[in-house]
Amino acid sequence: MISVLGAGVAGLCAATALSEVGFEVEVIAPDGAPPPASLLAGGMLAPFCEGESAPDLIVERGQAAIAWWAEHVANVELRGTLVIAPPRDGAELDRFARATRSHAWVRPDDLEPDLSGRFARGLFFASEAHMDPVAAMANLRRRLEARGVRFHGGAPKGRIVDCRGLAARDRLQDLRAVRGEMLEVNAPEVTLTRPVRLIHPRFPCYIVPRGQGRYMIGATMVETARSGPVTARAVMELLSAAYTVHPGFAEAELIATGAGLRPSFPDNIPVLRRDGERIHVNGMYRHGFLMAPVIAGELVRMMTKETANAH
Amino acid sequence: MFYGIDLQSRLMLGTAQYPSPQVLRDAIAASGAEVITVSLRREGAGGDAFRDILKQSGCRILPNTAGCHTVQEAVTTAQMARELFGTSWIKLEVIGHADTLQPDPFALVEAARILAADGFEVFPYTTEDLIVGEKLIEAGCQVLMPWGAPIGSGQGLRHREALKTMRAHFPDIPLVVDAGIGAPSQAMAAMEMGFDAVLLNTAVAKALDPVAMARAFGQAVAAGRAAHDAGLMPRRDMAVASTPIFGMADLA
Repeated sequence: MISVLGAGVAGLCAATALSEVGFEVEVIAPDGAPPPASLLAGGMLAPFCEGESAPDLIVERGQAAIAWWAEHVANVELRGTLVIAPPRDGAELDRFARATRSHAWVRPDDLEPDLSGRFARGLFFASEAHMDPVAAMANLRRRLEARGVRFHGGAPKGRIVDCRGLAARDRLQDLRAVRGEMLEVNAPEVTLTRPVRLIHPRFPCYIVPRGQGRYMIGATMVETARSGPVTARAVMELLSAAYTVHPGFAEAELIATGAGLRPSFPDNIPVLRRDGERIHVNGMYRHGFLMAPVIAGELVRMMTKETANAH
Repeated sequence: MFYGIDLQSRLMLGTAQYPSPQVLRDAIAASGAEVITVSLRREGAGGDAFRDILKQSGCRILPNTAGCHTVQEAVTTAQMARELFGTSWIKLEVIGHADTLQPDPFALVEAARILAADGFEVFPYTTEDLIVGEKLIEAGCQVLMPWGAPIGSGQGLRHREALKTMRAHFPDIPLVVDAGIGAPSQAMAAMEMGFDAVLLNTAVAKALDPVAMARAFGQAVAAGRAAHDAGLMPRRDMAVASTPIFGMADLA
């Protein structure tokens, strides 16, 4: 028996991968536990765009995530990512192009007619995908339950795979929080069919369509462990970025805001780490949906090998 | 000497916008910088984990008031910085304009006066204006930090002649070119002109390879300073041949 602690994206992917190769698995998620930060994620599977600031390892390994999610959940949309910048930040768009690969220069309105007349050029990452993270996580949970995996808040009965995110700071001294803030709007005047990233001086700003005129707008990056509600500054900056992309966002209804803490190691790279008998899967930073399936695969290889050696 | 502190490296590095704290740490080490500047306005009291990483770098910390637009905000942020880092050094920024990030010289002088009277050692981020510089010194500042160009613009030394004049006008005040530096050659030029140090952030943090760029800046600043100390030759309008043109052998 393996006891996966935590039902965020790291825990769900680990439990799924382990269960699929035949391990008996339970998922421990106590009632009072804080909601997983992954529920607030953009749900973008954008390994090449992340390469703008992430090391090559994320770009290389993260590519496998798209196929994994497409096999496991119903709502993966393979429509690529469009990156744009206001005319005066054109040099920043050139820098983005130099820092990344697998893209092509496009006229943004060829892909998204709603952007017509405002952006002369953009970068298109055709092989990237996105999904609704809340639906995807619910989907994984249902699949696990259908396989007989029990979710409960009691004491773990098996070997521990610790996917508690920031709550594992009690055992991981070098884990820190990077705060992220996001908004959800209902903007019926705006039609965008794929994630659009706007080059922003302080954080990667993106708008992800959620269907029926709803959009997720994220996400700030602040080096703090403060967990309170979204700040006025974050709302102003995110909305002003959205307004730059499309003036129709000015008439949108602000339907939700969220602030979460991304569990992060000093190099901002998610890892598998041994801690005696316990195995940690942590440090997802801003790469949870991209890297959780990849690390889960690594976990399966490690545990399969150990089990084989034990016999 | 910066408030009685002698530095080997004349490069000061900002700590924002790096891909990760690990890359930041490696960049600081590669640059040889002994002073790093850090903002507090957004991170607040919850930013301990990141601040601990900065403290572990072994560098002297110069907290800043980046993002402050009023005297009161800047003073409060400086007081919080003193408590969190246990230093009386403060890089004082009072921004007058959200778009150009140009310093507000009036609020700057007022905040500098309050902080100096409260025992702070103030590094004011200012323009190359001589009168503002004099007022800041009169307010208690013993260092001035004129901008090279607007923050993050990478334009280099936009008003080179004015900076030269400033250097000549304040021969005994440590002057640090802060902001706007985009390339090692620009940092080197400032050092050759006799500035005491340069402070920069974006040019390193947003380089495709921040660690390699940090090393390049460290070398450029050291070379610029060495060149200044060695005494640059004056610029001339005409060629001056280094060998006599008379008396050459006529082999025809």
